[in-house]
Order: sequence, then structure tokens, then C-alpha cells
Amino acid sequence: MRFDYTEEQRLVAESVRRFVQQDYGFEARRRIIASAEGWSREVWATIAELGLLALPLPTLHGGFGGRAIDLLAPMEAFGDALLVEPYLSTLVAARLIERCGSEVQQAALLPAIGEGRLVVVFAHAEAGARHDLSHVATTVKPVIPAKAGIQSPGSVIPAKAGIQSHLTGKKRGVLHAPCADKLIVSARDGNDVRLFLVDRADVTLHERVTLDNLRAGDIEMRETPAQPLGERDAMPAIEEAADYATALLCAEAVGAMTYANEATLEYLKTRKQFGVPIGSFQALQHRMVDMVIECEQARSMASLACARVDAASDPVARVRIVSAAKIKIADAASRISQESVQLHGGMGMSDELKVSHTFRRLTAIARELGDVDYHLDRFARSSAARG
Amino acid sequence: MDLDYSAEELAFRDEVRTWLRANLPEDLRGKVARYESLGREDLLRWHRILADKGWVAPWWPREWGGTGWDVVQRYIFEEECGYAGAPPLIPFGITMCAAVLLRFGTPEQQRRFLPRMYRGDDFWCQGYSEPGSGSDLASLRTRAVREGDHYVVNGQKTWTTLAHYADWIFCLVRTDSGVKAQEGISFLLIDMKTPGVTVRPLILMDGGHEVNEVFFDGVRVPVENRVHNEGMGWTVAKYLLGHERMNTARIGTSKRELENLKEAAAAQSKGGRPLIEDVRFRDRLTRLEVELMALELTNLRFLDQLREGRPPGAEVSMLKIRGTEIQQMLTQLMMDAIGPEARIVRSLGGGDFDPVAAEMAPRYCNYRKTSIYAGSNEIQRNIIAKMSLGL
Repeated sequence: MRFDYTEEQRLVAESVRRFVQQDYGFEARRRIIASAEGWSREVWATIAELGLLALPLPTLHGGFGGRAIDLLAPMEAFGDALLVEPYLSTLVAARLIERCGSEVQQAALLPAIGEGRLVVVFAHAEAGARHDLSHVATTVKPVIPAKAGIQSPGSVIPAKAGIQSHLTGKKRGVLHAPCADKLIVSARDGNDVRLFLVDRADVTLHERVTLDNLRAGDIEMRETPAQPLGERDAMPAIEEAADYATALLCAEAVGAMTYANEATLEYLKTRKQFGVPIGSFQALQHRMVDMVIECEQARSMASLACARVDAASDPVARVRIVSAAKIKIADAASRISQESVQLHGGMGMSDELKVSHTFRRLTAIARELGDVDYHLDRFARSSAARG
Repeated sequence: MDLDYSAEELAFRDEVRTWLRANLPEDLRGKVARYESLGREDLLRWHRILADKGWVAPWWPREWGGTGWDVVQRYIFEEECGYAGAPPLIPFGITMCAAVLLRFGTPEQQRRFLPRMYRGDDFWCQGYSEPGSGSDLASLRTRAVREGDHYVVNGQKTWTTLAHYADWIFCLVRTDSGVKAQEGISFLLIDMKTPGVTVRPLILMDGGHEVNEVFFDGVRVPVENRVHNEGMGWTVAKYLLGHERMNTARIGTSKRELENLKEAAAAQSKGGRPLIEDVRFRDRLTRLEVELMALELTNLRFLDQLREGRPPGAEVSMLKIRGTEIQQMLTQLMMDAIGPEARIVRSLGGGDFDPVAAEMAPRYCNYRKTSIYAGSNEIQRNIIAKMSLGL
């Protein structure tokens, strides 16, 4: 048993922390979210330079073969900084390409992703799906005879002869879709759900902004050219990728919660009312202590989820641990976000203070990739499956 | 013990309901129903409709336009307005400043300000909180120095609700720093058009502009705009606190929100069935409904005691705490009913975009203020502990 970072993990953690402190302060972020694109390509290039995009990619395709646990520190740092760039979204897409794509597709896409030249995001959710991953109504139609391949600016991805497809349907609230060059789109093919690569330029994208200042998009496809990513039903891969994303999201949440607690503690120590720091009031001390306990419990579960999500040999155990982590994280995120605002008083409500942005991110994360109710059900089912 | 309204009270409720159905403009009701923000003119329009009917300030003495209703009738009226989806009546003038003028104002001040307040000629705001003085209001530092027949005011107020709409602000200012904090405070009425008054917006985390910073830079205020004696501002403020919290439970509005929530939960589907049939969601909804049911009765019990002539005490703090907790939980469940799509709050163009659904997450954020404003819920608990429990 070993809970501290390895030497490599420590070095990654330090370089990410330095980057976030220097380049991603609250004011820098404020300028980024107010910009037309709503994210920074410059920041993206730096994230690539630091090797953070290549970190989890397979060594065969220019990556470092990092596991989820190696991403714990970067995700925490990004949670603290409230990163709006499509880091997690890109990692999930890369995971699907690695799991489902052909050697040719992997070779064409993964190095470009690792170098920050290509942003790919997974477009899956549809209206009314809530958190049900199998709710996919987008349809696929094979195109015969085959064309040579899908040409797109910057990259040429030859399709396997004869299986270029057309997709028709709508995707809803796809995080970071406006940042993407390519989309991985899920579509229903009989009983199967299959994945396809689509050029972002080929879909109609209605840009949206989320509560926590991310860019997102509603996507419409009508006979949109698409290249199959894998031959088979992708549901197991989608579920695995969602769990991978959830584990990393838990780590991101821990970073945001840690910030919320630090900021609140600092406020309790410095804000004076009735001639004393408000942190001298026992009622507030106890609430602060409970927030710290919540955060520690959440940190434990986030670590567990990141450590186990890669052990794909037993999907039932994976589901159980990831859902357990998300339940803990969602409850802790709600409590810590609400208490941090309350203990800041009016200041906590102000857009000018970072803690109100952390509140929004935590509110979103608590519900992203399955809310508490979803994971309570899923945990119960996975426990029943174990017997 | 009889927990039902009397026949007279029921008849009164029906009268109010019927009148609201006929006189609450559909466009205003629609704005409230769609959670749109209400502008100055929206708020004043509803104020003036009530003023024309004679119902805008029911509790005022009859000579100034009051209706002579007892506390239960006033409660019924306010809850019916909330339930019907009427715009809120902004309390700073007709409820708060008026209470002070009626109790402490000179006859001249009453004649000068009360009729204009009643008709909605002026929009009022409240200058209490300062950057260093929130819960500890008595530590306020905005100074007013007497020069002849004027005070010269310098300082800053913050979290000033709707100051950007206001014609007048009532302010607590420090007129004497050589005495105990509470004894050096005075209560001034300041015309917002006076040179030296600057309003700067404070944007809240939902992106909305409802509160402001108000700066006073050498603002000259005629001495006749001081209410009560110099140094008696704290007495005035304490008197006002009870008025600020009289209708804080907002039962009617919460009942309407609960109905909206049930409709939303029936319209959403989860796993092929209406969300409202989902046991986890329904249990939370039911707990909230039970809490609201209990608070309505608790509120009525307190009102019944008031009717018997007992002065309001720590009970209003209880109503504030539980009422705001219910309001917050309503916004949270509403956001959760919408599901993952609630995260989308703004459209940059095109496609299917539901602006009402997009309001739910910002509304959840916005309502965090309710446990902070008007005496934070922590301060309310202190009040109950001290006043009611003797701790």
C-alpha cells in the first residue's frame, strides 16, 4: 500500500501546479471565458507542451501510457483552476479511439491529439436521455458504393473500403463541441450502439454556454458523412469510457473542493465582525471542520476510483467503485459548495469572487456523468450482481 | 382548537383571488411564470395597480391608506398574491421606510413621503450593509458630518438591492464616532440624484444585476431628511428588523413553485416513466411538501398569537430560516428535475433552446442569497438562541 505519489507523478503534479499558478489565475480565466471562443488555444498548446495530452495515450502512438491514477494530480490542479479547456473531453475521446479504432485510425488521430493539434470530443447525449447511456436514437445508414475516404483539413483518414456511413440525428449539450475539430458520434444500429468519426464542419452546431462557463453545443446531423470507429457494438467501450471520465471528474472535483475549503478557511480567519474573526465562532468552526472531513472522504474515493478504473478485467467491480466515488463526490460537492458560499456571506454570491465560480463548477460536476440518484441505482444494481 | 380559516376569512380569500384573476396583467404574470427578471416599470406598474385598488399598503393606518385588515387577512392577501404569480412588492418604501416614518417621522416627513410611497411615485432602496459591516451592522463606517443645516455624507454601502432603479435611499450613517457603536448612528433619507452619489453594479453569480455598491462622496443631505433624533438610528434599525422579516416565509410563492415542480417532474421522463414516479425523486419532493405544509401552519399559529396582541419575537427568525431553506430546496429540485440539460444556461444562437429550463440552474445559484440576506440564517439562529431560548 502506498498513498504518496511516485517520483514521476510528483514531477507531473509540480509542473501542472506551476502552469496553473502562472498561466491560469482567476483573472486570466476571466479573460478567457469572456473571449469569443470561450477557451484559449494558447493554454491548449501549453497543456500539450507539458505532455499532459500525451500522458494517457499509448506509447505506440506517441503517448506515455499513463493510467487514470497518473492523471489524479493534473485533474485536481485543473479543478482548482476551473479549467474551461477541453482536457477531460479530449481524454475521453482518445480513450474511445484507443479502444475502438483501427490501427490506422489510432495512428492518424492519437499522435495529433497528444501534440494538441487535433481536438476530438465524444458527442453522445441526446434529448431526454437524462443519464441513460443506452438512450441513442441517432441513426446510421451505410453508403454504397464506397468513396475514397473522408477528407478533412489537416488530416486524411482513409476509410475502410465500402463502409462509409451517413448519420442522422441530434446530440444535446455536448461539452466542448465548439472546440472540437472532430466528433466521435454514437448512433444506433439495430440493437447495437456504434461509434463514428465526424468532421465538426459537417454538422450543424448550435453553440451554448454552461452554468460553469464551458462552451457546449447542440448538434444536428442529416445524412452527415461519417467514418465507422470500430465494427462492433460499442456500448461496453462507452460504459468503460464513461467510468474513466467519471473517475477523472471525481479528481477534478477534489481540486475544486480543496480550493473552496482553503478560500473559506482564509475568509473565516480574516473576516472580522463584532470585533473578532468570524472563525472564532464555534458554530462556524464546526461547519468548517465538517467541510474538511467531507473533502478528505471525497479525496479517498476519487483516488480509489482512479486507481481501479483501469483494471478493466472486472467491469462489475469497476462500476461499483466508480459509482461509489461519484456518490461521495456529488454529496461532498453539494455540501462544500453551498457552505463555502454561505460562510462567505454576500461576497460568496458575487461573480467577482472565484468561490462563486467554484460553486458553479461543483454544482455542475455533482450532476455530470450521472447524478446521485443515477449512481445510487447503479451501485445497488452492481452490488446485487455481485451477490 | 380549530385549524381552519373562518367563513369570513375564506370569503376574504375568495375576494382577493377573484380580484387577482381579473386585475393581475397577463404579461406580468407570464414574466413571473417564466422566471424573467422584472424591470423598474414592471415592478412599479403592479405597485400602482394595487395602489389604485387601495391594497398596496394594507397595514398602514387608515388615515394614510391602510385597509384595516388584521394580520391573518394581510397574510392571506400576500400569500394569494404570491400564489397567483404577482410581481413582488418591493418592500423598501411601502413596508420598511414607511414603518419608520409612521413610528418616528415628523408630521412634515410623513406628509412629504408617505403619499408618494403609496402611489409608487418614487422607487426606494435600503442603505444598510457596508463592505466591513454585514451581520455586524452596528460597525458601519459611512460618516455624516453636520455642516449648518446639512449633513455631509462620505462612505460606501454594498449589496444595495435595486439601487440602480432607486430615486431614494434610506441609510444608516455614523454621526458620532466618540460613543458606543450603536449610539453614534443616525437614519437619513437621501435623494439618489444628489451630487456625489454613485451606483456601481455588483454582478451575482447567476449573471444578474440586482445589487449594487453605492458610494457617497461629499453628499449634502438636508437635516430635515433625518428621521428620529441624531444618534437614534440604531433604535430605528432595530424597530425595522421586525418589519423586514414579517413575511419572509413566502408560503404562497413556494406553493406555486411546488406545483411548477410537480408539473416539471411529470413532464420529464426517467427510464421510460415520468420522473415524478421515480421513488428517489418523489421522496425528496414529498419531504419538501410536508415541510412546506408544516411551515404554513406554523406561520398561521404565530399570526394567531400576533392577532391576540403579542409582539413578534424570535418566531419571525424561525420563519425566515425554514422559509428560505424551502425556497432553496425548491430551486434545487427544479434544477434536478430538468436533468443534465439544466447545465446549459445560455444560447449563442439557433436550434431548440428552452429559455425557461435554462433559468433553473442560475435560479438555484441566485437563491443561495436567501439564507444570507435580510439577516443571515446564522444571525437568525443567534436571535432565537438569545431571545427565545435564553442561551
